[in-house]
Amino acid sequence: MIGFLARRLVGFAVTLGVVVTASFFLMRAVRGGPFDAERRLDPAIERNLRSRYHLDWPAWKQFLQYVGPLNLDERGAVALGGDGSRAFGGVLAGDFGPSLRYRDQTVGDLLSQSLPISLALGTFALLWAVLLGLAAGVLSAVRRGTRLDFAVRLLATAFVALPNFVVASVLVILLAFLVPLLPVAGWGSWRHLVLPALALGAPVAAHVARLARTGMLETLSQDFVRAARAKGLPERLVILRHALPGALLPVASYLGPAAAGVLTGSLVIERIFAIPGAGSHFVNSALNRDYTLAMGVTIVYCALVYALNSLVDVAYRLLDPRIETEAA
Amino acid sequence: MAAAGGSRTLRRIAFLATLALLGAGALALGRGTRLALADCAFVNGAEPATLDPAAITAIPEGRIVRALFEGLVVWDPRTLEPRPGMAESWVVSPDGLAWTFHLRSGARWTNGDPVTAGDFAFSFERLLDPRTAAGYASQLFCVAGARAFATEVDERGAPRRSFDTVAIRAQDPRTLEMVLEHPFPRLLDLLACPQLCPVDRRSLEAMRAGHPDTWQIEWLRPGNLVTNGPFRLLERRANDRIRLAKNHGYWDAEHVAFETIDALAAEHLSTVLNLYLTGAVAWIDQQPADLAARLSRREDFRSAPYLGSYFYRVNVKRPPLDDPRVRRALALAIDREAIVRRVTRCNEQPLHACVPPGIPGWSGRTMRHGKSFADDAEEARRLLAECGFGPGGRVFPPIEIQYNTRESHRDVAEVIADSWRRNLGIHARLQNQEWRVFMDTQRRIDYDVSRSSWIADYADPYGFLEIFTTGNENNRTGWSDARYDDLIAHAAGALEPERSQLLSQAEEILMDALPILPIYAYATKNLVDPRLGGFYENALDEHPPKYWYWMEDGELAKTRAR
Repeated sequence: MIGFLARRLVGFAVTLGVVVTASFFLMRAVRGGPFDAERRLDPAIERNLRSRYHLDWPAWKQFLQYVGPLNLDERGAVALGGDGSRAFGGVLAGDFGPSLRYRDQTVGDLLSQSLPISLALGTFALLWAVLLGLAAGVLSAVRRGTRLDFAVRLLATAFVALPNFVVASVLVILLAFLVPLLPVAGWGSWRHLVLPALALGAPVAAHVARLARTGMLETLSQDFVRAARAKGLPERLVILRHALPGALLPVASYLGPAAAGVLTGSLVIERIFAIPGAGSHFVNSALNRDYTLAMGVTIVYCALVYALNSLVDVAYRLLDPRIETEAA
Repeated sequence: MAAAGGSRTLRRIAFLATLALLGAGALALGRGTRLALADCAFVNGAEPATLDPAAITAIPEGRIVRALFEGLVVWDPRTLEPRPGMAESWVVSPDGLAWTFHLRSGARWTNGDPVTAGDFAFSFERLLDPRTAAGYASQLFCVAGARAFATEVDERGAPRRSFDTVAIRAQDPRTLEMVLEHPFPRLLDLLACPQLCPVDRRSLEAMRAGHPDTWQIEWLRPGNLVTNGPFRLLERRANDRIRLAKNHGYWDAEHVAFETIDALAAEHLSTVLNLYLTGAVAWIDQQPADLAARLSRREDFRSAPYLGSYFYRVNVKRPPLDDPRVRRALALAIDREAIVRRVTRCNEQPLHACVPPGIPGWSGRTMRHGKSFADDAEEARRLLAECGFGPGGRVFPPIEIQYNTRESHRDVAEVIADSWRRNLGIHARLQNQEWRVFMDTQRRIDYDVSRSSWIADYADPYGFLEIFTTGNENNRTGWSDARYDDLIAHAAGALEPERSQLLSQAEEILMDALPILPIYAYATKNLVDPRLGGFYENALDEHPPKYWYWMEDGELAKTRAR
């Protein structure tokens, strides 16, 4: 297990290095700059702005300055544009730099405000989706062929196919306008969380239900289940203790991609519900050519997705002892 | 046995992990629950890039800065005439060059310090200082010595000249004197712009000493930011809201009704509309384009002419568009009525000039056009035939209309392309580009016809006309006319009424040469809670929250009856 984690860590460093390098240079290759506007700045002023953020340097030097840890600016005006000089800076020194658009905030400020919100939203969405999906999947497998099974399968297929912004619109119409129970958008209380979490989790719940149903059906036909039944165990125990862990396997392996999907998919939901999460920075920073913020968001999401996938792999090994034995 | 143990540990781990995640979620939410409902909320559009008066460029930022700070003068919310703000009175010399402002005695910063003329001098120096890299520093270039101070920099980015070379002086704590490079009759309108609001010198310098690396960010945080306007900054959450609280030390605080106001950041237009329709906010200034026509029939929809113009730039270097007759034909063959009636549908007005209507005391020159669109189309065909195109002549090469990706721009472009094809037989392709790429293409003048717009900072025709002078970074058409440059240069140094006459003559030249094809003049489109009093329509779409209040039933009934 330790060897596995070490290998994962090395892989992480390499992946992050490639992602940072590629997105840094790709972003600067895209036409248009952070200070372009319908009303162009006076050329002298634009020159000042560009030099303040080192955009007048060659790309390789900007890259070295961004990654750090050595500060290449002989003026001493480091990332934050202060007057004091610091020897170290850049990502390796834990500094994502100033945002090129939001001049009152650093990229670190923006991420530390928005990321917990996205994580809260994602957690709740994932939580209800997994619980409900699992229950529905298991139930429909146990009651195979009944009306309930049919209904679950129909709903699951429908929600897999429906994009979450459609689900969001329907939810808003139903629960904010027709029956005015919940706020239509915004952030500030648990009531603001319900609709977006429902919309965000819906496709995940549907996927989980389908996977759990298939997994359950497969396990229920195995010999050890028949043996358990033959021993005279009550059906409830057979299902919960003996069959469920088997049914969980496909669900667990899906959770990694699901978590990543919920995190990155939240950008649409965050926009529709005006939620101040990190997803909106993902899109806006690219549109605004806010190079530093875009890099910051990319790095954080890359790390998150990688960590989540590693976590799922660990969980998978724990759930299915065969995998660990093979690896050993 | 080992497997069973493993699965039990796993279950425990999973349980704990779930709890931890839930805890994190609850914590994140807890941060959000602290705020009570504000007295009033409105949607402010995109998240403000900054609250630093010197650094702002966009409308949402201006709204917040104007609520937090107050400049020498302010605009009357109804007529936009300059009214005393921090300055109680002012005197201008007969030649229009030397301006003296007398500050009011009761003006204080939120920390209790008096607002002094020195604060203004410091703030104006800060705006001009190239190290501030203020986008709107050029607003003060009308002051003698300001342009040189702001644009001549040494290798470290600092100004080469001392600020003593700029004619801005604090004579005493309550007297500010400015000497202009040339007479500028609209100086008071300019001084009401949010970029020219003062900042507190002492608190800024203290912050600079305390946080040498991060003061530029620190001084703007709620709790640190010292302001002098009707409101102070209570809370700021990126992409969510800015909460303003009444500044009880403000000189006119007795006329400020609301204790707290929320400015929400929301850009998705359907969401914005939903927020309004559910009563979460009292004012929105944009609606989804496809619903605009339906919404404009509502009682709470308010519209007024807006000082902005929607037009197409033409690349005058690219044949056959280099021929003014061709450009005139194209301009005439735009069915403006059809566009404002069937596409934009929110009280926009067809525009045949560079400067939109609505500036007091200004009547400019329009391009020559007939009484009806049929006449115009006829004339356009004649002009093209004169240039050798059309039946019996050469075939007009296909041209491209470029616009930034947005449905409403596409709809307008489609109507125009269709009109050119049917009336002139010109084939126009539509091409959309992402906003920043589009701006880059336009800047390099790598287009045939390119969508554009221009919105006034303050009511002055000069701003609309000045941009088409030779070499101006906002010209972007390749067009250049020495006579035009001359008129604009003279207007810059002229007093009224000569100034307006010179500008009219310039507009006439522009509307003969037509490097731009005017299309329509904007209109404001506000949905406002009928109970919100002190909200007036004006040509700059400025609605200072200082004047807002909730109407009583009686007043509401009276307003409704009107």
